Amino acid sequence: MICLRALLEQGDSTIAILALEDGTVFEGRSFGKTGETTGEVVFNTALQGYQEVLTDPSYAGQIVTMTYPHIGNYGVNAEDVESAKPQVAGFIVREASTMSSSWRASGQLHRYLVDSGIVGISEIDTRALTRHLRTFGAKRGVISTLTKDKDALVAKARASRNMIGLDLAREVTCPKPYDFEGPDNGGRRFKVVAYDFGMKQNILRMLAEAHCDVTVVPATTSAADVVKLGPDGVFLSNGPGDPEPVTYAIEATKALMDRGLPIFGICLGHQILGLACGGKTFKLKFGHRGANHPVKNLATGQVEVTSQNHGFSVDPALFARPEFVLTHVNLNDGTVEGFKHRDLPVISVQYHPEASPGPHDSHYLFGDFVALMAQRPKR
Amino acid sequence: MPKDPSIKSVLVIGSGPIVIGQACEFDYSGTQAIKVLKAEGLRVSLVNSNPATIMTDPEYADRTYVEPLTPEMLERILERERPDAVLPTVGGQTALNLAVELSKRGVLDRLGIRLIGASREAVEVGEDRRLFKAAMQRIGLDLPKSGFAKTLAEAEKVLDLTGLPAVIRPSFTLGGTGGGIAYNLEEFQQIVARGLDLSPVHEILIEESVLGWKEYELEVMRDKADNFVVICSIENFDPMGIHTGDSVTVAPAQTLTDREYQNMRNAARKIIREVGVETGGSNIQFAVDPKTGRMTVIEMNPRVSRSSALASKATGFPIAKIAALLAIGYHLDEIKNDITKVTPACFEPVLDYVVVKIPRWAFEKFRDASPLLGTQMKSVGEVMAIGRTFKEALQKGLRGLEIGASGFNRTDIDDLRIKEKLLSPDPDRIFYVKRALDLGWKHEEIYRLTGIDPWFLDQMQQIVDLERKLGPGVDDATLREAKRFGFSDARLGQLTQTSEAAVRAHRMKAGIVPVYKRVDTCAAEFASNTPYLYSTYEQECEAEPTSRRKVMILGSGPNRIGQGIEFDYCCCHASFAFKEEGFETIMVNCNPETVSTDYDTSDRLYFEPLTFEDVMNIIELEKPEGVVIQFGGQTPLRLAVPLAKAGVKILGTSPDAIDLAEDRKRFSALLSELDIPQPESGTATSIEEAKVVAARIGYPVLVRPSYVLGGRAMAIVYDDKLLENYAREAVKASPEHPVLVDRFLEDAYEVDVDAVADGERVVIGGILQHIEEAGIHSGDSAMVLPTYKIAERHLVTIRDYTRRLGLALGVKGLMNVQYAIKNDVVYVIEVNPRASRTTPFVSKAAGVPLAKVAARIMAGKSLEQQGITDDLTVKRIFVKESVFPFLKFPGADILLGPEMKSTGEVMGISRDFGVAFAKAQAAAGFQMPLEGAVFISVNDFDKGGILPQARTLAELGFKIYATRGTAEFLMAQGVPAEMVLKVNEGRPSVVDLIKDGKLDIVFNTPYGRESFYDDSAIRKSATMHGVLCVTTLTGASATVRALKAMKEEKVDVVSLQEIHAEA
Repeated sequence: MICLRALLEQGDSTIAILALEDGTVFEGRSFGKTGETTGEVVFNTALQGYQEVLTDPSYAGQIVTMTYPHIGNYGVNAEDVESAKPQVAGFIVREASTMSSSWRASGQLHRYLVDSGIVGISEIDTRALTRHLRTFGAKRGVISTLTKDKDALVAKARASRNMIGLDLAREVTCPKPYDFEGPDNGGRRFKVVAYDFGMKQNILRMLAEAHCDVTVVPATTSAADVVKLGPDGVFLSNGPGDPEPVTYAIEATKALMDRGLPIFGICLGHQILGLACGGKTFKLKFGHRGANHPVKNLATGQVEVTSQNHGFSVDPALFARPEFVLTHVNLNDGTVEGFKHRDLPVISVQYHPEASPGPHDSHYLFGDFVALMAQRPKR
Repeated sequence: MPKDPSIKSVLVIGSGPIVIGQACEFDYSGTQAIKVLKAEGLRVSLVNSNPATIMTDPEYADRTYVEPLTPEMLERILERERPDAVLPTVGGQTALNLAVELSKRGVLDRLGIRLIGASREAVEVGEDRRLFKAAMQRIGLDLPKSGFAKTLAEAEKVLDLTGLPAVIRPSFTLGGTGGGIAYNLEEFQQIVARGLDLSPVHEILIEESVLGWKEYELEVMRDKADNFVVICSIENFDPMGIHTGDSVTVAPAQTLTDREYQNMRNAARKIIREVGVETGGSNIQFAVDPKTGRMTVIEMNPRVSRSSALASKATGFPIAKIAALLAIGYHLDEIKNDITKVTPACFEPVLDYVVVKIPRWAFEKFRDASPLLGTQMKSVGEVMAIGRTFKEALQKGLRGLEIGASGFNRTDIDDLRIKEKLLSPDPDRIFYVKRALDLGWKHEEIYRLTGIDPWFLDQMQQIVDLERKLGPGVDDATLREAKRFGFSDARLGQLTQTSEAAVRAHRMKAGIVPVYKRVDTCAAEFASNTPYLYSTYEQECEAEPTSRRKVMILGSGPNRIGQGIEFDYCCCHASFAFKEEGFETIMVNCNPETVSTDYDTSDRLYFEPLTFEDVMNIIELEKPEGVVIQFGGQTPLRLAVPLAKAGVKILGTSPDAIDLAEDRKRFSALLSELDIPQPESGTATSIEEAKVVAARIGYPVLVRPSYVLGGRAMAIVYDDKLLENYAREAVKASPEHPVLVDRFLEDAYEVDVDAVADGERVVIGGILQHIEEAGIHSGDSAMVLPTYKIAERHLVTIRDYTRRLGLALGVKGLMNVQYAIKNDVVYVIEVNPRASRTTPFVSKAAGVPLAKVAARIMAGKSLEQQGITDDLTVKRIFVKESVFPFLKFPGADILLGPEMKSTGEVMGISRDFGVAFAKAQAAAGFQMPLEGAVFISVNDFDKGGILPQARTLAELGFKIYATRGTAEFLMAQGVPAEMVLKVNEGRPSVVDLIKDGKLDIVFNTPYGRESFYDDSAIRKSATMHGVLCVTTLTGASATVRALKAMKEEKVDVVSLQEIHAEA
């Protein structure tokens, strides 16, 4: 669909094309940086929180479609970021706001994307695209303002890298360890080593608030190096890509579990834990991305409205083994949302208890993790 | 936990008559609740005094009581029904207040009945500002600074804390009645005095003003397991200071970051817990300081509400239905999402479109009342529009309002008043914002004056900018862009200096046609099987029309005075009947309050404006066999001829017959041909012509524009001078818009007949006699079925005329005829070959759903095939009384006339006329006193007529006060009466008596032909103090019969099902 408003109103407007590997093509208007980008096209249904989405490293390698049509309304600011910069491979919206309205706004979304080098497209039928992805599954795609040759773009989409078997954690992890110290809010403090597979900032904030002093380590850090840091517990972060090729982390996790260290995994960390436990993971048709997914906590019977962002899932066959206990389940499709070890101090969830964006229903999990550490004698 | 097995039977309390602030959204929620409770196998009884509702159709509940919503009546019903539980959360504040009262009186404990949905404590915390404030402080939430006062002195002390401007809210009043914002001390004292007066507990809350702050609402639900979900967030386009019912509102929230939104969500969760709503829905309002982000809680309603109805329609999540299931024990995760049918209801709907709600007002009916908007709700209806962008939804909504705007534009703008209109909001404000943008006003300036968020201003600026690019010879790309912005063909016709038809032709040629997208609760994440659709200009269409036999039903659009729930009732019935006959039914409507826009009512729902363009687009896609236009009032009727011209088949009575009945000249010719008398009349296209007509037929005359509903701009004039005034102030006569001039039959009896016809046969559903004399709009007049003062020979004539008219017009469906009887002659006043306002009333009384019968006729089933060949009869006396919004319009006179002013109706049922009338009055809010004082002040013509009434009153033990003339007359006739001063005669006057609560009833007929200020002061003060004020002699006579009956007869309650089952 041609971006007419642009043609009519803005001299610098440019046509952008989104082409999918299956030959589907949308024509819209350039938004953000001009140029070309490839990635796995996925959709997110959250109504607000686009800046958190953009900066979530778990979206590395993905072109994110926001299903809500008005994006950019409240601009961007310095606080609502989950990492230092936007991480998505590309961004798709129905209508990008031409202004920002918020007392906290420090800039406009379009400018922010231009400055961060993120290529986007607007003014396309995002609902049609979403229905397409829902029906046919997530697709590799390309956004381009460089050419109108649709066949060439489709070919480019086909040639782009496939998410299955792709280790992206290695690409987004921190280059070297660093410390994130929380405010001294009284009580016992816990030393946590956090594996950064593409960790969201808010996880650090939540851990810090829960009395943890965190040392963040690169994804490839060995178990021995972690143990040397003398942690009370280990955290396995969220992150992008397929968990299976992240073998170094799976191995490290196995070793850390064997040492009986309390471990808490989120998202990719959860999948890595699942693999470390001997389970399997598989790719969901189009994933879960949004802030409204109901998850039942099987221990309490309560339902949490959760923030989600994942394309892979842990195979429930794991729970045929009695030492692994399913703790959380997705009420929409019955997929695994959390488990724990019967004997070891290991807990894990597929969704994002740190929210950001999304409801705060699941913050308690950080407390659960701290409780696991507190139960162990202080060394 | 699944269903609570200890609840086997439930009484649902409805919300009573349609009033401002409590309209047909409660029919929607109540109907949903009853349906689902029945489906769960419960025995359901219902009480609601409003017969125009779907919920009171006897097939829904097991027992349906159309009885006054008073604690006494409820107690009797509960004693008869002995339900396990009472569900008060789907009947608005009326139902909640009743439930609290029943609990306070110990009735529920005595009978062992539980309240479900909300506890008495939760209701009290939600309603009592003091308890609410304490609760919010307990959970650490910020509220505007405030304090309570019971006297003016106390109020002034609170003012020291809050400062000016200050918001004043009386405790326990409906829709914020009596509240206001004071900018200076004088205003403060005024509003405080009024608020103290109106609050049933004589208490007000004075609050720090958060005027101009961003205003938000969250619709939330909670179950017994403490599961909590937000169904919808709503952002008010008009900021704090305008009642949310009078604000343009937008879903979802547009200008909140996730951080702020989650902060609000967390607060909402704390609030619903603290207030103690264990099961069900609540509406929570917040204000956010646009400069600092400080968030304060404004209020919460522990029940379904107008906003929850809007949220349900906006998201596809049926809040009332789910609330009812939660109330009987289910948890959210045990309930399926109706739309996806696979995912659970325990989730938060997401939208991939924008919803805009725009209120519709009726200030033109209350000319003396101030049209300024504030904290007291004044709108009578609303329109909802769905678009992919705010721009599109806004423009769809504005054209759906049917106020003469084809979108974001109006021509009658006074450029000199822009600043004033932006600063002091009235219904036109949005059009003044448009004009300011047209003239290039800076957004900062518009924001400073209106507080409308800059994001909305930017969106509207984009509309204005595109308008500038639209002109003659528009190209395809620009035209498509305009359609994506929500411009109507009609508006584009103006902008391109062509016509609606030309734009449409251009669109068709260029292939610029809308697609239809589904409202699915989940932004397309899951497949939706529910065809709940809206139009937009995008790439992919999801309508998937079927190849079944199908009909389309056009709804009635936003509620207004004269066109309300009665027509929605008829549209729903049409849909049900066609469905039963095997047709697929397609509903088109844009009123979010209604049952017709429940996705459950018809097979397919198009939530669209009712304009030719929008309707025609759907017809071209769906290709129905025919379109039903006779049930939705004037709105679809106006489309009859254009649709027929476009080749669309109109089902039932032909558009030509409808036109014949509306066209004065053609209609007069028909009556002459049939030899049926009508008041002399004529049509005038200028004031001079009107005078000539009036001279020919003689004054007084009834004048009105042709093609109106609800008596808009209708007046009785007594001489040339008044006629000139009318022509100057109300209506300009012109060849395109002729004025009808009829001889006015003074002191005639008026009669309404509802009938149904199939072209071969006419069956009369009911003959209703107006209790007020001629000259009062039939929508405002109390009526009784069957007639009680009309000779049988006249009834015979009326039946005969009705049949002949029905056959002559070839009516296939419903028809309504109004007659007047004067000097032994029956005159036809008008014929409307369509659903009437009284259709549901007559259907309930007779136990035959006339609208369904009519729809079946259209589906091809004759009356004979339906087994309906004899005129219908009734087994009780049914009195209809109208309910007026005067309390909301301080300054407006309550005198009734030919222009309709009522918003709703109630029904009183008994074997005795007096009891039925008393019940109707009680249902309308005026409980008949068994003793007390009556004030009588009548004009000289009426003195003889009032005498027997006064005598009876004295015999019944009532004390009679009267003005000098009336008192002297009564005493001369041997009726004891005490003289009281008129307002201009000194004090204490009758108004002081009213204020002191010394009067229970006022009989006041106006002194002459123009309203007298003194009389109007009496009537206004009676209205403001809830004293029954009767302004007609026949009304007085009925009231006295009622007073007598209440003393002498036993008042019992009975359900419709029992009445209809009687042999």
